[in-house]
Amino acid sequence: MSKPMARNVTNEGFDTTAHLRNAAAQAAKRGYDDFMIVDVDAHHYETEAFSEIADYIDDPVLRREAKFQGMSRGGIASMDGSYQEMTGRVIRYPERKNEKVPPEPHRDITLMYRWMDAMGVDVACMFPTPMLNIVTCPRIEVEVALARAYNRWLCDNILKTENRLKSMLYLPFNDPAACVDIVEKFGDKPGVIGFMVVATHYRSVHDNAYMKLYSMLQERNLPLAFHAAYTWSDKQLSLTNRFMAVHALGFTWHNMLHMTNWLVNGMPERFPKLKLIWIESGLAWVPFLMQRLDNEFMMRTSDAPLLKRKPSDYMREMYYTSQPMEMVDNLEALEVTFKMMNAKTQLLYSSDYPHWDMDLPMTIYDLPFLDEQGKRDILGGNAQRLFNLETALAPGKLERRAKRGVKAAAG
Amino acid sequence: MSEPVLVCKSDDLKEGAVQVFAIGDIEIGVIRHKGNCVAYRNVCPHQGGPVCDGRLMPQVEDVIDPNGLFVCQNFKEDDMHIVCPWHGYEFKIATGEHAVDPNVRLKKYEITERGGNIYVTL
Ligand code: FES
Repeated sequence: MSKPMARNVTNEGFDTTAHLRNAAAQAAKRGYDDFMIVDVDAHHYETEAFSEIADYIDDPVLRREAKFQGMSRGGIASMDGSYQEMTGRVIRYPERKNEKVPPEPHRDITLMYRWMDAMGVDVACMFPTPMLNIVTCPRIEVEVALARAYNRWLCDNILKTENRLKSMLYLPFNDPAACVDIVEKFGDKPGVIGFMVVATHYRSVHDNAYMKLYSMLQERNLPLAFHAAYTWSDKQLSLTNRFMAVHALGFTWHNMLHMTNWLVNGMPERFPKLKLIWIESGLAWVPFLMQRLDNEFMMRTSDAPLLKRKPSDYMREMYYTSQPMEMVDNLEALEVTFKMMNAKTQLLYSSDYPHWDMDLPMTIYDLPFLDEQGKRDILGGNAQRLFNLETALAPGKLERRAKRGVKAAAG
Repeated sequence: MSEPVLVCKSDDLKEGAVQVFAIGDIEIGVIRHKGNCVAYRNVCPHQGGPVCDGRLMPQVEDVIDPNGLFVCQNFKEDDMHIVCPWHGYEFKIATGEHAVDPNVRLKKYEITERGGNIYVTL
């Protein structure tokens, strides 16, 4: 008998012929050589050849988009596949993966500090990017499992050691009981400064199932944030065909919807100490909704009987992040917006870096209608008070201050 | 006006190429476009991004047929832009004007090409 041949299965790599060698043996044994076999449904994976296929797209703009996005998950034809990065125009998206970092600390920590130090940001509340979209996953247990995994990973690998990095942790809003459990388990972890719901969910915020969650957050003095998002799977927004449209509407629409339900159902009266933050919808929607809701409320107070004041009075007590701040060329409108929303105390600077529509601190600092204290409050003071943060300046700032001989506390 | 500053040899700047030069503490992007050279301050009027570090892209157009029906999109290869890498503002390479609003424009510098060299005047 010949010596057995050893194969290291783990290392040998994949080869179709080897993988199907038993099929070849079956074919030989059954004498398939003697007749014709036709397979009427077979597939190839065109993913690897997709760039060649994309060359055949007639429309050159779409062709470029297809080549940039590819055809795999998140690709050009997928529900949430988007060309957010403008098919390579915003270079940090495609280039990020090539950025070199030292082996320690964790890559994500190094990359966070690099942009924070460049912009002068001392403390940042970090959120995931693609994992925000787990909210639209139809498999609720998948959303919950991923939310728990991300939160645990973030707490263990980043927040535990990094004083400058904080987060409002993701709540899997499609499962109210899981939200409660996550607040219980993570609410007092270092660096957790609140909890966040992604706005593209399809269960009303006034559903009785959430009352326990809200009262827990209120009790623990942890803010609840609604982080805007878009989804091309939304029935109405699926009528849009360009990213600019789905983004401009989606990022405001979903938050406007939740804000409206929150007010009409008297949630500010039911949870008067619960602090709410509206993230990444910009600012222009706020005066619009204030005017719209106040007007209707005055005629239909019976539709919102829990409210003791006008909707805008409650809105002025909530918090808003600043980005993407609409400021193309109407400073007057922006100033009115700031006044209407009581920006001096309620507005929190946010960059949204590294996303395509990020805002630098200069978007606030250069506003001519704010005084120095107002600028500093919006850029940091309001957040410091809301989240009860210690004063912490970036090491680079401290070094430069020491060189200049500045000792006084920052403010 | 200050003296023209030699930035590079003509041969070093091929058609469609962009080079960024630091002159003192000012960064200037020099682009060769349709044979000519243009020079812009490498600071975007939007939020101050390094606009000349960006990609060159043609203007995109929607093609509409005589009956008003959408046909496809196209790149207008004869209307090239430089795209700021921070947020995507697009500027016409030839003039430095924003693709839609000419009031938003890059700071342009005088540029001369002679004797096989390229000079920028600050
Ligand atoms: S800074 Fe150039 S597009 Fe924003």
